[in-house]
Amino acid sequence: MQLIILYNTFIRDFRKQKKRITLTLIALAWGTISIMLLLAFGEGLHQQLSINQKGTGENIGILWSGQTTKAYRGMGKGRRIWLYKEDPEYLAAQIPEIETIGGEYSRWGVQIRYQDKVLNEHVTGIPPCYREIRNHIPQEGGRMINRIDMDEKRRVVFLGSNLKKRMFEDEDPIGKQILLNEIPFTVIGIMIEKIQMGNYEGMDEDVAAIPATTFKAIFGDLYLDYIVYRAYHPDQMAEIEKKIYRALGVKYNFDPTDDRAISIWDIASSSREFNNMMLGIKIFLGIIGFLTLLVAGVGVANIMYVSIKERTREIGIKMAVGARKSLILYQFLVEALIITFSGGFLGMSLSYILTEGFKRLPLENQVLDFMGRPTVSLEIGLVVITILGILGLVSGIFPAMRAASTNPVESLRYE
Amino acid sequence: MIIMHDIIKTYITGQVTFQALRGINLHIKKGEFVAIVGPSGSGKSTLMNIAGCLDIPTRGSYLLDGKQVSAFNSNQLAEIRNKKVGFVFQAFNLLPYATAYENVEVPLLFAGVNRRKRKERITRLLGQVGLAEKAANKPTEMSGGEMQRVAIARALANEPDIILADEPTGNLDSKSGQQIVNIFHELWKMGKTVLIITHDSNIAGRVERIIQLKDGQIENSHSPAAV
Ligand SMILES: Nc1ncnc2c1ncn2[C@@H]1O[C@H](COP(=O)(O)OP(=O)(O)OP(=O)(O)O)[C@@H](O)[C@H]1O
Ligand SMILES: [Mg+2]
Repeated sequence: MQLIILYNTFIRDFRKQKKRITLTLIALAWGTISIMLLLAFGEGLHQQLSINQKGTGENIGILWSGQTTKAYRGMGKGRRIWLYKEDPEYLAAQIPEIETIGGEYSRWGVQIRYQDKVLNEHVTGIPPCYREIRNHIPQEGGRMINRIDMDEKRRVVFLGSNLKKRMFEDEDPIGKQILLNEIPFTVIGIMIEKIQMGNYEGMDEDVAAIPATTFKAIFGDLYLDYIVYRAYHPDQMAEIEKKIYRALGVKYNFDPTDDRAISIWDIASSSREFNNMMLGIKIFLGIIGFLTLLVAGVGVANIMYVSIKERTREIGIKMAVGARKSLILYQFLVEALIITFSGGFLGMSLSYILTEGFKRLPLENQVLDFMGRPTVSLEIGLVVITILGILGLVSGIFPAMRAASTNPVESLRYE
Repeated sequence: MIIMHDIIKTYITGQVTFQALRGINLHIKKGEFVAIVGPSGSGKSTLMNIAGCLDIPTRGSYLLDGKQVSAFNSNQLAEIRNKKVGFVFQAFNLLPYATAYENVEVPLLFAGVNRRKRKERITRLLGQVGLAEKAANKPTEMSGGEMQRVAIARALANEPDIILADEPTGNLDSKSGQQIVNIFHELWKMGKTVLIITHDSNIAGRVERIIQLKDGQIENSHSPAAV
């Protein structure tokens, strides 16, 4: 009986108070949407940046040579230091913390010709281990430079994804011949598309990579341009760096504290910085999210609060004509729950639709690459709805409880 | 029917306590038509609210149909307000978002009356107070007199034995007021017990008995002819 009465009263009042209910609903949905979107884009950005960050490689250090700035063992400063092709092996033998190491030759402005298309490009000579340490991973149907290519100094070339597009457009380049400075090379593979946050000499997507041995034979370079190594563990990077200075200092006679004789770029440490930055961004987004939640919460509470006077009188009237206290309370409770859930559900759905819509936008790839893929998180949505719901409930139910617990006269008198 | 013995009502506002009713002894028989008069602040509304179970006395005993009201729990009080007494306020107290029809429906909903019976009852009541055509109007679309007639129809919804009205004509012009008084007169003739607070000598002239309040006490209780 009481349930039927509750149902009838509820349905009737709900229909009658569309405006107030709609307003509350919108406030709730709005709060949910703004927080969800904020965090969704934050999460997307984070994921994307993490992927970008890993484009160059993980736990790696890059070493190149320079000039001495300190006099050492009778030799003046300003002496040029060079790296030779034996140095990677020498360092690997001296430093057990190094997992993989390889040397790289680099040359700009090499003429590359395919049929009637002529380009001036960046060519590197690299070892096979670049597949692992520098993420030179081939797309399907192709392969990366291997040991045999190295041993036989084969004339094979591995192309960056963007260079491939510029030279071959939609054509399948695998097995085709291209001319590097008029010397024929066979295309053996295309690098997967990747995004690099940092680079030391050009982007990988624009490079034409050939075996280091072939490079040395053709271009006659005496010196390595870079040595790239990977540590077993990021914590070992500082130790390795110190040992490299010592080992090369002995070999080439420079002061191991002379940090200009050779230079080392520790990508692992910049990735630590990156992680700190990401943490910063997350905390920032969290604070903004919290503030947004607060604003939305105040909005919901305010709507509830504004209607207290009206509703207190309403409760007084209803009780004066015979409503039970429990009926009034249940009605408020059910109403608040329904509004909260539908508002939250509406907000979640809209956020989902908006983010999905964003992903389908025909945006320039690069924009998307940096915005990432916004991802709506169900957990965050539930937390947001719960918090807003509790706020709405508390700000709506408390006055109702007070009104229902006093005499109808007092509620009728409420100003 | 209504028997009050030594009813005291004390209001506490901050540090100040105020005795609005100071020992009311009252006996109203079934089917009586009574007016309560007295200067402003004499405790008329306070007395009426207690009689209608909208408020509870600080001390004293109130027997309604032989039952001690102070012994009732909140659900039983709600039941009395719903079925046994009909209350009419000076300020109408209609739900602003509901139509005349829906306002009259409220006590019927709380009584659990089914839809068909509700419709029957509401239509009859609105006809009885002369508002059959205004069933779909909201309070904002009605005159004061019309609103008060809706409020009376609502008070009558569950066919209570007792009708309590606190200055029902206080906010109305004399013509609308007259209409309202006529309705109460008719209700009394139909056998209801009717209690009206009024400043209006017109009403006071048509009742069986006038109770005069002063400073929270009954100063006088007499028939209008005695004035
Ligand atoms: N809730 C309350 N708190 C404190 N004092 C109150 C309260 N309600 C009424 N009073 C006081 O009790 C006294 C009686 O009030 P009541 O409303 O019963 O007077 P009344 O006879 O109905 O007056 P009026 O003719 O103006 O309506 C007044 O002095 C009033 O100030
Ligand atoms: Mg009064």
